Amino acid sequence: MSDGAAAAMAAAPSENPLVAGLERLPVSPTTLVIFGATGDLARRKLLPALYNLAHEGALPEHFRLVGVSRKEMADGEYRAECEEAIRSFSRRTPDEEVLAGLLEHARYVPGTFDEESAYAKLAEVLDGFEEQIGQPLNRAFYLSTAPAFFPVIVGALGAAGLNERPEAEVRVIIEKPFGTSLAEASELNGEVLEVFEESQVFRIDHYLGKETVQNLMAFRFANGMFEPLWNRNYIDYVQITAAEDIGIGSRAGYYDHSGALRDLIQNHMLQLLCHVAMEPPVTFTAEEVRNEKVKVLHAIHAPSPQEIAEMAVRAQYAAGHAGGEDVAGYLEEEGVREHSNTETFAALRLEVDNWRWAGVPFYLRAGKRLARKITEIAITLKPVPHLAFDQAGSLGIRPNQLVLTLQPNEGVSLQLGAKIPGTRMMIRPVNMEFLYGTAFLSQSPEAYERLIMDAMRGDPTLFTRNDEVEAQWQICDPIVSAWEATPGPLPQYEAGSQGPPEAGAILREGQSWRAI
Amino acid sequence: MAASSDATWSAQGTTPDAIEAALRGLLAERHAENEGWVPARALNMIVFEDAEWGGEVANRLRGVGRYHASRLVVLSYSRRRERLDARASVVAEGDPRPGELGLLRETVVVELGERHLDDLYTIADPLVVSDLPTLLWSPHGHHRVVRELLGLAQAVLVDSVDEDDPREAAERACELSREAYVVDLAWLRSTPWRERIATAFDPPAARRELGTLSAVGVRHHPESGIAAMLLVGWLASRLGWEVERLVAHEGALTARAHGRRQDVTLRLEATPEQTVRGLAGLELKTADGRVLRLDRGPGGLHAYSRRPGKGGGADRELRWTMLGASRGEGGILGEGIRQALLRDPTYTPALKLAARLAP
Repeated sequence: MSDGAAAAMAAAPSENPLVAGLERLPVSPTTLVIFGATGDLARRKLLPALYNLAHEGALPEHFRLVGVSRKEMADGEYRAECEEAIRSFSRRTPDEEVLAGLLEHARYVPGTFDEESAYAKLAEVLDGFEEQIGQPLNRAFYLSTAPAFFPVIVGALGAAGLNERPEAEVRVIIEKPFGTSLAEASELNGEVLEVFEESQVFRIDHYLGKETVQNLMAFRFANGMFEPLWNRNYIDYVQITAAEDIGIGSRAGYYDHSGALRDLIQNHMLQLLCHVAMEPPVTFTAEEVRNEKVKVLHAIHAPSPQEIAEMAVRAQYAAGHAGGEDVAGYLEEEGVREHSNTETFAALRLEVDNWRWAGVPFYLRAGKRLARKITEIAITLKPVPHLAFDQAGSLGIRPNQLVLTLQPNEGVSLQLGAKIPGTRMMIRPVNMEFLYGTAFLSQSPEAYERLIMDAMRGDPTLFTRNDEVEAQWQICDPIVSAWEATPGPLPQYEAGSQGPPEAGAILREGQSWRAI
Repeated sequence: MAASSDATWSAQGTTPDAIEAALRGLLAERHAENEGWVPARALNMIVFEDAEWGGEVANRLRGVGRYHASRLVVLSYSRRRERLDARASVVAEGDPRPGELGLLRETVVVELGERHLDDLYTIADPLVVSDLPTLLWSPHGHHRVVRELLGLAQAVLVDSVDEDDPREAAERACELSREAYVVDLAWLRSTPWRERIATAFDPPAARRELGTLSAVGVRHHPESGIAAMLLVGWLASRLGWEVERLVAHEGALTARAHGRRQDVTLRLEATPEQTVRGLAGLELKTADGRVLRLDRGPGGLHAYSRRPGKGGGADRELRWTMLGASRGEGGILGEGIRQALLRDPTYTPALKLAARLAP
């Protein structure tokens, strides 16, 4: 920072008095550079998110967009591609003036990601923007490419000196997957942190951008009534389910090398587990929240090779029926390797070995082509210590269950026992339901809109920190290795079903999977 | 989302109890049809309207986009009406699949006359859902009715530009704000302006310039003088200025505000070319010659900045557009409904200073 700017800062009020009461806080002028600018994620998610931010007046007052990709094309062609993507995938019909304004200055830099000249050209474009506007712009590099290019791009940004900028912030946003093993994740972290400071790195787990996930914290830490029960004394077990009714679609190329464990459990579902199990942070600053999540991950014991068969189950979907149609099995899907050993269903039993949770199993289950699409967290309380009622002739008494549903309907349901009307004292379970949609006028913003804004604003709360990523991998890595070393064929489950019966083997006595 | 299903009821010469019972019946009927339908429970909204303008109000409420009150109670007034008639509808949004839930919204229209006004509270009270916040809106004036129903509402929706006299508008809003949270559409129209001014002065070096502001000029729709006064009131309240009353001077309203370091010249000017309510433009000047101008335009606010050159060099000028689509009057009303569930601590201080500025 120049002496002049430092002197100005010293004399400036520490807080901007004009931001009080505003829902949208100011964001510094920024250039967003999308690597993989012509890819599916950019087209379907990032560009529509940018348009919607522009429509709502949420982008910085000075905003510039640069696309970088291998395809040869001129700026005008890139703008036309952006326009087409926004028109096709935006959640609202574009306002012509806003759309034109957003893309007016958009630039495109063709080149392979290891090509030095592409970065020289990029630097020229970035400097040109700053000259045009007359002030340094923050720079956000969004890596929306295949993971193999992450270290290449980060290294090249460093080599070109684009990893820092006097009087402006430089940030790098990295899409998932962040490595496919602990070794890879650690190596990638090492490569990224050689070039950028951790505070500059924003690792995307788009689940964290979902309003529903953030609501978990509000549910736990803004309601006193659950906290006394939220521990091993009252909770019997926790089940986290991410079930999809669809198959792999056109994603065989990615999915067949990933599988359910890497695709969902290692990142999204462990994050959900953290939100359930973490201690209340002292403040809701990014570091405090992430410190508490990391403590949970460190308290989860990574399984030994001998333990894996007892705590982890995998399977593949076979042909079956979904939505009234016959559907193919995983091995018959286009693009899947013959005799593929990739799991489309994975279930784990984990334990959080700390004072609050010791002895409480956390069951995680994720799969494709299951009976329906649902993401939920079910917390089953211990049964009452003594039952005075006769259960004969009724559905009987079940332990209370608290279910937090993330999708398709975000809400909370509490299962209670209630007396059946009549002359006898017979009990049946009833549900007390709360649906978020019934209580708010607003719709949740798209996860990518929130995350792009937070990254441009420099707020890392909803992004995964380096030690968090590695702690997640420490739990999953032994399972990945064991499964890769074990030949198939995998257990099969019928498409459209509840999943493989083998999943029941990891449950403790008296516990059961909730119906999907 | 398009409404996929309606259930309706109507009765002549009815009572609030019968209307409330009919609503419960309609909800039970909907739920029996599809157990996935559940009533939304976010906000009651009571609208007191002149029956002859009922169509216009209905149109405005249809245009609010996604921000509908979950229960809308319209009290439709014709002076000579003797009988209490009512109709109710329960609208289902979407068609939930098995295992999913869909929302139901309720609307009640009660037609009433002069003879019902004394007991209006007892008509409206049974029709709002208990324990939900209630927003009250009387788009055609009827200040007596607003006072009568204020006990039922936590928030009151007003549009200060509806009043002919800005001073009366500000004083009335001040009076209401002592008893309920006031959501003022004139204030909400200025949100993008306030956001952009806050952004322009957000960099630490620019924050210092806030203390050196020497002139504020606001151009506005001819009937939106109060909107300009609210904007100036906001700046004054946030920056700690004392304000004087505005006086007419050369086709504009002018005054001085007294900041900690210096005086600030205020100038508010109507712009006949502006066809929509609200602000048309803004100019801020600092003592050292920086100028920031914002003008309403296609695609967002068109900005112009000029900074004096250093060491006698040329001034540095920049023009750009701060992107953002117009929300339209429907969007503003929708935002007003949403704001009933929020609390903006900066409105009342701005309003008090607007009342002090108003000639």
